[in-house]
Amino acid sequence: MSYVVEMLNIRKEFPGIVANDNITLTLKKGEIHALLGENGAGKSTLMGVLFGMYQPEKGTIRIREKEVKISNPNVANQLGIGMVHQHFKLVENFTVTENIILGSEPLKGMVLDIDKAAKRIADLSKHYGLNVDPHSKIEDISVGMQQRVEIMKMLYREAEVLIFDEPTAVLTPHEIDELMKIMRNLINEGKSIIIITHKLKEIKAVADRCTVIRRGKGIGTVNVKETSTAQMAEMMVGREVNFKVDKKASTPGEVVLQIDSLSVKNNRKVLGLKNFSVEVKRGEIVGIAGVEGNGQSEIVEAITGLRKVESGKILLKGKDITNIPIRQRIESGIGHIPEDRHRRGLVLDYTLENNMVLEVYNKPPFAKAGLLNGAAIKKYAKSILENFDVRSGEGGASIARTLSGGNQQKAIIGREIELDPDLLIAVQPTRGLDVGSIEYIHKRLIEHRDKGKAVLLVSLELDEVLQLSDRIAIVNNGELIGTVKASETNENEVGLMMAGVSKEGSV
Amino acid sequence: MRNTIVSLISIILGLIAGGLLMLFIGASPIEGYTYLFQGALKNISRIGDTLATATPLIFTGLAVAFAFRTGLFNIGAAGQMLIGGLCATAVGLTFDLSRPILLLAMIAAGILGGGLWAFIPGYFKARFNVHEVVSTIMMNWIAYWTVYYTVPAYFKGGTETESQLISETASLKTPVLSEMFQGSYINLGIFLAIIAVIIIAFIINKTTLGFELKAVGFNRHAAEYAGMKVNRNIILSMIISGALAGLGGVALYTGNASSIQIGILPSQGYDGIAVALLGANSPVGVFFAALLFGILYSGTGFMNAMIEIPPELANTIIAIIIYFAATSVLIHRVLNKFRKTRSNANDVNGPVGKKGEA
Repeated sequence: MSYVVEMLNIRKEFPGIVANDNITLTLKKGEIHALLGENGAGKSTLMGVLFGMYQPEKGTIRIREKEVKISNPNVANQLGIGMVHQHFKLVENFTVTENIILGSEPLKGMVLDIDKAAKRIADLSKHYGLNVDPHSKIEDISVGMQQRVEIMKMLYREAEVLIFDEPTAVLTPHEIDELMKIMRNLINEGKSIIIITHKLKEIKAVADRCTVIRRGKGIGTVNVKETSTAQMAEMMVGREVNFKVDKKASTPGEVVLQIDSLSVKNNRKVLGLKNFSVEVKRGEIVGIAGVEGNGQSEIVEAITGLRKVESGKILLKGKDITNIPIRQRIESGIGHIPEDRHRRGLVLDYTLENNMVLEVYNKPPFAKAGLLNGAAIKKYAKSILENFDVRSGEGGASIARTLSGGNQQKAIIGREIELDPDLLIAVQPTRGLDVGSIEYIHKRLIEHRDKGKAVLLVSLELDEVLQLSDRIAIVNNGELIGTVKASETNENEVGLMMAGVSKEGSV
Repeated sequence: MRNTIVSLISIILGLIAGGLLMLFIGASPIEGYTYLFQGALKNISRIGDTLATATPLIFTGLAVAFAFRTGLFNIGAAGQMLIGGLCATAVGLTFDLSRPILLLAMIAAGILGGGLWAFIPGYFKARFNVHEVVSTIMMNWIAYWTVYYTVPAYFKGGTETESQLISETASLKTPVLSEMFQGSYINLGIFLAIIAVIIIAFIINKTTLGFELKAVGFNRHAAEYAGMKVNRNIILSMIISGALAGLGGVALYTGNASSIQIGILPSQGYDGIAVALLGANSPVGVFFAALLFGILYSGTGFMNAMIEIPPELANTIIAIIIYFAATSVLIHRVLNKFRKTRSNANDVNGPVGKKGEA
């Protein structure tokens, strides 16, 4: 079988970092090839090289057995290489069709021929089973659908090689299944796929071969069928990985957070959370399980003060915090690992150092009489970054934007745990992280619990909720369906409750 | 460092383009620039005038840059200058106090006037999310007409179009400085400007207030998440920005000039945007950018007198410099390319640079 893409001995440097060191990746025609590696291992950089966003310092790229120089993404497009980025590049208030033709608009005389394009998109959609409506606006369709628009963009441009950059990070479990089906369809139609990921389950499910890189170096390429997940994890991390979360039984103490029939409006100005009540005690992790958009964000934002409460009460250690300012909530002991690290979690243009003191910059020793103490900030940041193994080009002085997503997330988690809050709210704490980091973060969350603090975990990954939580509150459509003990339930039961089927005799 | 290089390249490109223009109209660029810089720097009196010309620009540049650091675009420096100048002039004409107290009172009045004029758009932005570009521009015209009617009604001077002259005690001009600079109209304003540069640089870089303001400017959602009062910071930033512009008005109307004229929006207000852009929004950068503008503006008359080059050329050169500064992305790109070819050359000759981890 012939290779469509050969990347041989690629080396790419950034200031202070060798992102890719002598990496080789080959893609056969009609295969799904996984590119596996930890956060910041250099996966995205390698694909950036293939897509023409970066120029390699060394190495050769061959496309369909011909050596090429890909100097920019347009060249990549002409060579039939297309990429679905992790963060979609779509114009929100354009329709699907308008987004797809952007940059190669079909003309009829002097005017746009939208109808022709829309028809072709509808045909393509049918052919590959994508089920995309060419006329809906991007802002009106789900994230999963938006991803399909990105895929459609490549198909419209007749790409033969499709690169997916962590495609499942933003999807719900159901959407992930759908995506895998689509990928198989694409292969059957003769396309070839590279999928960047660190989710071993997905690689097992869909990929034929898998190339592993670790800290910028190529570790090897394996056949997925003949390799176990544990072996792949070990190749990626460089040591054995424990998939099971070790934890002792919880010993709940006094109540830290008490939410009493809380109602909150969502962004569409209707009640997104109705009469919700839950308790979190010292020494326990309470998980909130639910399909995305069923009231989780509203719960978290109401507790942290980012959203106004319509009715109901929030008590922290017995004190009413329903209407107090955000800063006072932080000071009374709430730590918050936010859902969206770019929007809320980090000031991306600040250095890591500044980001590490984002909530405490005005307190001694970081500030005295309104003046910042740079040395103290530096020292504090350094200890967090080392503690949580945050890897960056220039340490604390790096601009947060330059870090890989996983390292950004680790920095945020480090910052919040370092505050030592009585109540830690962790929203999707391991989203987009590799198994090694997930293992580490789970350990830290449990440690936090074992220190006698309360943890509220909100996650869309059911596995994570089941493994970490002591009790699980299930929400559906903004209402509490029930609360169950994690030790007495299973995936099926919680799954049913997530769909809105309530259970008799919940605790 | 990087920004400095980009600004310097912009300036050089602007000067080269200006030279080409001179060639185009049949004059010698070397002669032209010689006269331009002579006009600005030839003797101590001309240097004094150049510094005085630069003073209001330092203030308006700082005003725009400071607001910009907080993510706000203050287009209203002209109006804030006018009101600041009007308040200071009013105090200077009304009260008969000893000189130090009177000057301090005028400066305070300028700060308050400018600050108030910027508070209004700041409040509307924070409370109702009214875009500050629109509201500050409208405030410019309110200031324009306020001066237009207030000055003839209460402070009417020799002609209909200007206020009475302020007394010597109420002027920022001091005999010491005037003598030192041999009759130049340089005044205490330049010292106020230098102090303002230092204070603003200090606030931005060293204080918790600066930390908050920048955080709000970069990402207001993250600032909100971290417990910062976003709306309060927006208003505060606008007030400080307006106060700086107001001080610019004090320097212009009670320092460089001795009266306030009606029917004119001071051009320094909009020039402040250009100064801030060229100074890369850093206080020190603003200081030097304003000095450059001062040189170009004050040298252009002499050049025009000595050689057949129209005085509009200074404006043209400034416009071209701003054009290059505004398209600094291009310069960044060229610099990157340059750096890359150099590091590639190093690859061949010697060991590869640093190693690190991804």
